Amino acid sequence: MADGAAPARDPNAGPLLSVRDIARSFDVSRPWLARMLEGQPRLLLKAVDGVSFDIPRGETLSLVGESGCGKSTVARLVVGLYRPSRGTINFDGVNVTALRTRAALKPVRRRFQMIFQDPYASLNPRWRVRDIIAEPIRAHRLMKDNQEIGRRVDELLRLVRLSPADGEKYPHEFSGGQRQRISIARALSSNPDFLVCDEPTSALDVSVQAQILNLMKDLQRELGLTYLFISHNLAVVFHISDRVGVMYLGRIVELADVKALFASPQHPYTRLLLDAIPDLEMSGRGRTPVAGEVPNPLDPPTGCAFHPRCPWANERCRRETPVMKPVPGGASSSGTVAACHAVEEGRIGPGPTQK
Amino acid sequence: MSAPATRANRPLLDVRNLHVEFPTRRGRLVAVDDVSFHIDAGEVLGVVGESGAGKSLTGAAIIGLLEPPGRIAGGEVLLDGKRIDNLPAEQLRRIRGRQIGAVFQDPLTSLDPLFTVGQQLTETITTHLDLSESEARNRAIELLREVGIPGAERRIDHYPHQFSGGMRQRVVIALALCAQPRLIIADEPTTALDVSIQAQIITLLKRLCRDHGAAVMLVTHDMGVIAETADRVAVMYAGRIAEIGPVADVIQRPRHPYTVGLMGSIPKLDRAVPRLVQIEGSMPRLNAIPTGCAFNPRCPKVFERCRIERPELFPVGGSAAACWLHATTLAEAARG
Ligand SMILES: Nc1ncnc2c1ncn2[C@@H]1O[C@H](COP(=O)(O)OP(=O)(O)OP(=O)(O)O)[C@@H](O)[C@H]1O
Ligand SMILES: Nc1ncnc2c1ncn2[C@@H]1O[C@H](COP(=O)(O)OP(=O)(O)OP(=O)(O)O)[C@@H](O)[C@H]1O
Ligand code: SF4
Ligand code: SF4
Ligand SMILES: [Mg+2]
Ligand SMILES: [Mg+2]
Repeated sequence: MADGAAPARDPNAGPLLSVRDIARSFDVSRPWLARMLEGQPRLLLKAVDGVSFDIPRGETLSLVGESGCGKSTVARLVVGLYRPSRGTINFDGVNVTALRTRAALKPVRRRFQMIFQDPYASLNPRWRVRDIIAEPIRAHRLMKDNQEIGRRVDELLRLVRLSPADGEKYPHEFSGGQRQRISIARALSSNPDFLVCDEPTSALDVSVQAQILNLMKDLQRELGLTYLFISHNLAVVFHISDRVGVMYLGRIVELADVKALFASPQHPYTRLLLDAIPDLEMSGRGRTPVAGEVPNPLDPPTGCAFHPRCPWANERCRRETPVMKPVPGGASSSGTVAACHAVEEGRIGPGPTQK
Repeated sequence: MSAPATRANRPLLDVRNLHVEFPTRRGRLVAVDDVSFHIDAGEVLGVVGESGAGKSLTGAAIIGLLEPPGRIAGGEVLLDGKRIDNLPAEQLRRIRGRQIGAVFQDPLTSLDPLFTVGQQLTETITTHLDLSESEARNRAIELLREVGIPGAERRIDHYPHQFSGGMRQRVVIALALCAQPRLIIADEPTTALDVSIQAQIITLLKRLCRDHGAAVMLVTHDMGVIAETADRVAVMYAGRIAEIGPVADVIQRPRHPYTVGLMGSIPKLDRAVPRLVQIEGSMPRLNAIPTGCAFNPRCPKVFERCRIERPELFPVGGSAAACWLHATTLAEAARG
């Protein structure tokens, strides 16, 4: 997983997506004049600051982390909606960050789709649902015959538990969860190899959520789809993922196999995150929210960004930013990489969280 | 302004036999069908149920924000004992601004992309509370902090698109709470939020409930949030209440077969399963609601009567369930 991973010779053996050290900042300064009058400097917000990961074909990598830590920004960088400030993104061996024209990007773009966090904003209110779902098919000229497209749309509607008759309606005639399913059908319509799903089931009740997650797993098994999955729901992440990346303030702080991550979380933030899962059995355990204040990306802490909230923080943590390193020892944590001085120094026990 | 404490046994919100329908060329679609419930001051009612069950429409109908052609076709909505469903639009708008805070399922529709978050918050605050511009700004910053926006004093001058999805959702919550409403209708307020921010929002809602005696209708599909926040839960299915009762009863001893299936579909962390349990089939479309019990085509316990007669809510334990399995002998007898 470390940056020096040897490039595979057989293109089919290498990861489908390989992201190296991507970063993206936003200029959030006041307007130029106001800034000059008040003598303020330019204000840059580092939304993503050096993120690397691979996703092998047919696997699912999930990103988790607090609201505002940069998950959607990574998703948007990966599908090319934002240009990275630095770093590279390789899709199936092609460096997509080097492709600058729409024409050059087109053959790659056809192979991935994104399900957006906000299902309302991504559905054109003036189009019928049928046309919304068919749009990627038409845009990439995958089918020409309108009847054939119609059949495909009907099939997709049934797949997401809507009915073909729903195709004639407009987005506003649907409930929140139904709209989310429309955007899932749309994303699936062009038979993509790679799907970026930003909170795809957040507006769904648990039974429809179960149907959609089962559907996504079935499609993955049958068609070998690869997913980048974003969810704040750790139980959903546990169910759907092969590997999980835990993000904190624009960086990945732990990357591990899903079972290892939940069984023996390494990074202090991951440990606290798992403790914060709400308790359905109502055993009285209650959740322990990650204490301390959410960091301000406009004024990030020095050293390890997590240090103001970390029970294991020491002088080195306040000074030096930890980098991602394989976690030493423990068979259970094999393949886990984490960015934490205490984990590296071995001064933090293997003990999982309370369970 | 606070309500006299003597009216303790009058619920703050009382919804009686609410019907919502959409007239269409092919006939009327009944989306909310005879829904009744109440919420006391200081109480949180959780509302859960299948996607499309009518949760959002129920909320929109209560605050008079149904989008035409949707309309209330029957029933009453009482706020603190006074009907509000038949008020002229202007009067209702004032009540809505001052006494009711609404968080909509879609955070973007409540925010104006052309104004900073601070402009939108201070405007709402100065309209409804007797505060100066700068006091309102301070209150806005404080609220942003309370919903967990880091660097609130600088973030307040940013535009909605400069916030992450979950941050926008929290700005909308701040907007709904800033005028200290008595009734809060929150439609999926925490869907895009991670667990620790969820906890913070929940704490905030509960505090408003306790300190200001606010009543909260909390629509969410997240049972974890329900378990921690709600005092009672209503489970909706195909436009009706399938089950309603104290939160512990509904979660631990669900009575209606739909609720039982719903609880079983929740992904668990303690075991990996190849497939999640799902309730087979899907909820009927509004134009094809089966006769009898609307859940009967999917119900593992279905029997003859379910296909013919529609069950009313029958009391079971501390809850009530609309299912023939729970038809009490007493209720049976009364019906002859
Ligand atoms: N277009 C933008 N302009 C300015 N700042 C932005 C922009 N997009 C995102 N940000 C900022 O970047 C940070 C990361 O945002 P991002 O949307 O990636 O978070 P997220 O992890 O997806 O959060 P959430 O769980 O709330 O959706 C936030 O502080 C956000 O305010
Ligand atoms: N403008 C409309 N025209 C026709 N039908 C509508 C309209 N708006 C909503 N509906 C239908 O009314 C039903 C209830 O919708 P509602 O938005 O209340 O569902 P919900 O319970 O909030 O679901 P979700 O959990 O998915 O948000 C749905 O079947 C929906 O398709
Ligand atoms: S590097 Fe230090 S502050 Fe950061 S997570 Fe590890 S122990 Fe805590
Ligand atoms: S009334 Fe019959 S069909 Fe309906 S939930 Fe009860 S047992 Fe099932
Ligand atoms: Mg996001
Ligand atoms: Mg809804």
